[in-house]
Amino acid sequence: MTTIVPEGAVSAALDEPRVSAPKAAKQALTSPWASLAAVIIAVLWTVPTAGLLISSFRPETDVKTTGWWHVFTSPSFTLDNYRQVLSGSGSTNLTPNLINTIVITLPAVIIPIFLATMAAYAFAWMRFPGKDFFFVLVFALQIVPIQVTLIPLLKLYNHPPFNLIPIHGGENPPAGGLYSVWLSHSMFALPLAIFLLHNFMREIPGELVESARVDGAGHPQIFTRIMLPLMTPAIAAFAVLQFLWVWNDLLVAMIFSQSTPPLTKALVDMTGTRGQDWPLLTAGAFVSMVIPLIVFIALQRFFVRGLLAGSVKG
Amino acid sequence: MSTGEKLVQMVIAIALFFAVVSIILLLTQRLRSRSGELVQSAAFLLPALLLIVVGLLYPAINTIYSSFRDNLGHQWVGLDNYHAIFGSDAEIKVLITTALWVVVTPIAATFIGLVYAVLIDRANFERLAKALIFLPMAISLVGASIIWKFVYAPQIGLLNAVAGALGFGSNHTWYQDLNHSPWNSLFLIAILVWVQTGFAMTVLSAAIKAIPTDIVEAARLDGVGGMRMFRFITIPSIRPTIIVVLTAITITTLKAFDIVQSIGAGGAWHTNVLAYDFYIRQSQGQNGTAAVIAVLIFVLVSPVVVYNIRQLRKAEAR
Repeated sequence: MTTIVPEGAVSAALDEPRVSAPKAAKQALTSPWASLAAVIIAVLWTVPTAGLLISSFRPETDVKTTGWWHVFTSPSFTLDNYRQVLSGSGSTNLTPNLINTIVITLPAVIIPIFLATMAAYAFAWMRFPGKDFFFVLVFALQIVPIQVTLIPLLKLYNHPPFNLIPIHGGENPPAGGLYSVWLSHSMFALPLAIFLLHNFMREIPGELVESARVDGAGHPQIFTRIMLPLMTPAIAAFAVLQFLWVWNDLLVAMIFSQSTPPLTKALVDMTGTRGQDWPLLTAGAFVSMVIPLIVFIALQRFFVRGLLAGSVKG
Repeated sequence: MSTGEKLVQMVIAIALFFAVVSIILLLTQRLRSRSGELVQSAAFLLPALLLIVVGLLYPAINTIYSSFRDNLGHQWVGLDNYHAIFGSDAEIKVLITTALWVVVTPIAATFIGLVYAVLIDRANFERLAKALIFLPMAISLVGASIIWKFVYAPQIGLLNAVAGALGFGSNHTWYQDLNHSPWNSLFLIAILVWVQTGFAMTVLSAAIKAIPTDIVEAARLDGVGGMRMFRFITIPSIRPTIIVVLTAITITTLKAFDIVQSIGAGGAWHTNVLAYDFYIRQSQGQNGTAAVIAVLIFVLVSPVVVYNIRQLRKAEAR
């Protein structure tokens, strides 16, 4: 279920075009009108972002008074907007939020992936009672939308049972409440991650595991020495998906990380309080976009593999 | 916390995690017997299972239970919360707006994605053409909302400039136009369509390329071509994939609240949708009715997810 089409087709979709089915259909559609439609779509999908990017480099008065396309007739550029969002003073400085986003994202990607790989290994290669039941449970819980979990989780973090330390709210939660954010993202990622990685792990030949067992290797050794290296592409695929979800998340951030607001929340606040302050908003938005765009372009191949299966995640 | 402290906390969390995992792996390393495997299974599975039960199963049950209790959770109120939601005109309006999102977004994104995938198939510039549509997927919905808020802006916005140039006047308020609610939501829906089309295009393009060549060749020998090829060969061949894409975008749409939150300025433009309504009620401490909204999203999403997974299986079996 990792992909809907054979792997080759996915990479072919990204790589060199080969002889493909709807060629004839395409030929019929390759009228001037069809080409025009393709160009219009491409323009509509590119121009808004280009406008934002160009505006972020324009001087404040220009941005506020004229449309960004005036840059072609009277060009003038500045880095002031970026200076203000990266090293300005007060609430317009987004650098702390950028740090928050990074601090939230890294553990929230690493922890669920590792736990999910272990669980997927157990489901794929270990024998224990109730295996089918637990697998169906994990699979079924994919359907729970995040909204359904938020209020009870918040209560649980604020007032944990058994006199545990509250990891959210209260006087001084550990790491400024970051544990509640990391934990939440990990919980929400697990069902899908286990499911994806399990499917991939089943494709690894069983003889490999059996022969390692005969040679006297235990499960932990097989897991670390054989499985983890073989699983790298699948892990990378899920890692990119999870990275984009966490980096771009707003809902979990709004509920659990008020004291360590990431970029998304800071930008929403900025849109609310300085809705017309376009020099700041354009530069701020671009600062929040640049890292996921780089990751996305660099790891595109991995990303596409997990794309479809990941589409149902809360 | 300072920047340094935050980074230190992050490193501590990761180190702590790996320390615990390593200890678990080391402790169970030596076990070989049948019962040993049981302990090992537990060591591998329980951490993830515990998080899932605490983070998803318990909250889901608790939310359903809370939807029948008052805001503080002290008292059983029966169906009062449900009456409050379904008996309020404002809430019915939220449902209508949500329905508009759910109908328009998947269809528009899938249609544009499919048409584009076919149009650029095997073109010389296919890779670049795909990347252009694909890139918005990496952008957060907050970022996308700012991009489009800028397009819709008065005076300096592109859309008003275009409308002005075409002689329709350049002072439109677009999504802020309360007189045309819920249709003003279409300007917000456009943002999600803009983001989701890349997903539809990529998946459908891969499916199109996977159609067996012999089917196409056979059809061509029979004299099928052009639009009929598209209609009778391409579309039926990728139908399960189309349904998977439609349902997947439907699920995303039902749960998306980011756009309304970032651009709608607190729903002031009557653009409230279910997922956003949940957040507002939750933040105002209306836990009872917020739970009802969450249950409602749950009930609406579940069948779509189940159907999506079944179609996904079908598409894969091909």
